[in-house]
Amino acid sequence: MAEATTNLKSLLPPAELQRAPVVENNRGLGLLTDQLSAFAEGKIPRWWWILFLPSAFCALVLLPVCLFYQVTTGVGVWGNNHPVMWGLDIVNFIWWVGVAHAGTLISALLFLTRQHWRTTIGRMAEAMTVFSVMMAGLYPAIHVGRAWFDWFMFPVPTYNALWPQFRSPLMWDVFAVNTYMMVSMLFWFMGMIPDFAVLRDRATTRVRKVIFGFLAMGWTGSAHQWHHYEKAYVVLSGLCTLLVFTVSSIVGLDFCTAQIAGWHATIFPLYFVIGAVFCGFGMVLVILIPLRKWCGLQDIITLSHLDKVAKLALVAGLIIDYIYAMEFFIAWYSGDPYERWVFGHRLFGHQYWFLGWTLIGINVLVTQLLWFKKIRRSLLALFIIGVLINIGMWTERFVIVVGSLYQDFLPANWGTYLPTRWDVGLYIGTLGTFFMLYLLFVKFLPMIAISEVKGATPQGNPHHPLGGAKGGRP
Amino acid sequence: MKPYGLIAEFDTPAALLAAAEKVRDAGYRRWDVFTPFPIHGIDKVMGLKNSLAGWFSLAMGGGAFLSGMGLLWYTNAFDYPLIVGGKPMYSIPMSFVPSYILLVMGGAIGALVGMLALNQLPRLHHPLFNGSRFHLVSRDRFLLVIGANDDQFCAVKTRQLLEAVGGAHIELVEEEA
Repeated sequence: MAEATTNLKSLLPPAELQRAPVVENNRGLGLLTDQLSAFAEGKIPRWWWILFLPSAFCALVLLPVCLFYQVTTGVGVWGNNHPVMWGLDIVNFIWWVGVAHAGTLISALLFLTRQHWRTTIGRMAEAMTVFSVMMAGLYPAIHVGRAWFDWFMFPVPTYNALWPQFRSPLMWDVFAVNTYMMVSMLFWFMGMIPDFAVLRDRATTRVRKVIFGFLAMGWTGSAHQWHHYEKAYVVLSGLCTLLVFTVSSIVGLDFCTAQIAGWHATIFPLYFVIGAVFCGFGMVLVILIPLRKWCGLQDIITLSHLDKVAKLALVAGLIIDYIYAMEFFIAWYSGDPYERWVFGHRLFGHQYWFLGWTLIGINVLVTQLLWFKKIRRSLLALFIIGVLINIGMWTERFVIVVGSLYQDFLPANWGTYLPTRWDVGLYIGTLGTFFMLYLLFVKFLPMIAISEVKGATPQGNPHHPLGGAKGGRP
Repeated sequence: MKPYGLIAEFDTPAALLAAAEKVRDAGYRRWDVFTPFPIHGIDKVMGLKNSLAGWFSLAMGGGAFLSGMGLLWYTNAFDYPLIVGGKPMYSIPMSFVPSYILLVMGGAIGALVGMLALNQLPRLHHPLFNGSRFHLVSRDRFLLVIGANDDQFCAVKTRQLLEAVGGAHIELVEEEA
């Protein structure tokens, strides 16, 4: 009997039930540290410059020019006009907020659920969040028309004694987006403190030593420090997870409190949250797949991790598909002629009908490809699907915003909307700024959570033979 | 210069954990371990109690929530009452969401500030940085330090103990008096 028990203990689960290792090739902790900090310490490769220069041009020339012209002239330089008062400015705002959400979901929610594979991609996802919320926050600030009155949105005591009107979800949005930006930055920064210490300890030049020493704030890695750090990290993760579900919900409320057919639906908060997460997973794939190759991280960000991201994208996509079906069903079931008109015209309308089909084609049909393991293991397919998801979700926001506004209740009130070059220029400018900031992050900051990854390896586990434990199951 | 403590180095987290147990059983109180990442089980060995960082977060978050509720009441119902769509001047649905957002903001700041305060960070220097091999902590070494301010500390006996539990590269670190 005793023999049988020991035999049972030494049996490993069958191969298909064993978890994929967080990091492949089973390197030691020291080599892993070398590998993870190599990119931040090495020479700047050519591909980095090739991507950085155009991004920097968009960020430092195109964006300021578009902003300057728009702010000094007025929102009339955009295509926004009666009845389509919300155009690309709001479409892009929601899109950028959406891109941000997957980052928080990966870094916070997957931390709370103890998914160790997230350690490898969490930092890059967080950086994506931070930079895309910055881009999102830009849009409402300028779309108000008179950007120099932006401070009216904050409860500041002034001589004219006016206060913000808090019964409007637009006001809640101001708080939500600003909080989201600030909290995701704090979360990102706090996660980097131990890794700044790694780079500080490895620094060979005086300048690097001073900069990273300053950023690491005197981190020593003592058990007491880790103890408080882990607690604070759990709390921050919980709070960030709340934000994932709050920020886009409030953006959704901006729409569903309006009476416009196509907006006035209780499903909007959920719709926007899931749409955001879906879009963000697409962006994660777009960013991770090239970077893991160029930065030599194939055995850190493994195919198994990308497979998991793809599965999460599939889940979000299926919920989105359900919501599309619900929207159309409720529009028909409500019997409201205006609702029926709007939804019928999303697919068979006078204008923009092709966008309706685009979003069905991508978000409903292309997403189904992710069911297949072959697709999830193919980097090229995943990259293309990631790009398509971003396009699909951008289209969805356009369909919701413009498609509902351009033909409202009175035919006499109908109009069309076409973005102008300033709309497009601003969007390209924000894309460039995002990628410029991201490239700077990848090059100069620890882009992988070095300490977290090491802690998730068997070498870092005191109860594993590779971590020095005697006996026990391998 | 006066002694700050004795550093001993270990190769694996398991070795460190075993050594920490022995140091604790030898009766030392002022000692700490330095690791590249948190080691599972070390809290128990060192007898670390629940971190107060969560309470910092709760205090800041709760304070921010209440301030938010107060701010909304003051601005929209008291100082400049404004009728909007016949809605009540002050109500839970309107005030909860912004206050809840402020709770998240306050809670996040509280967690970070609490963590830094409890760890006595930021600081520009630490005596242990004088250790010749201390920079390896962030790489792959696991260090155990017994402080010179421990009642039982003795440059000879403590060193013998650290040798006995398997520590390598034992070094006495000094700090500026």
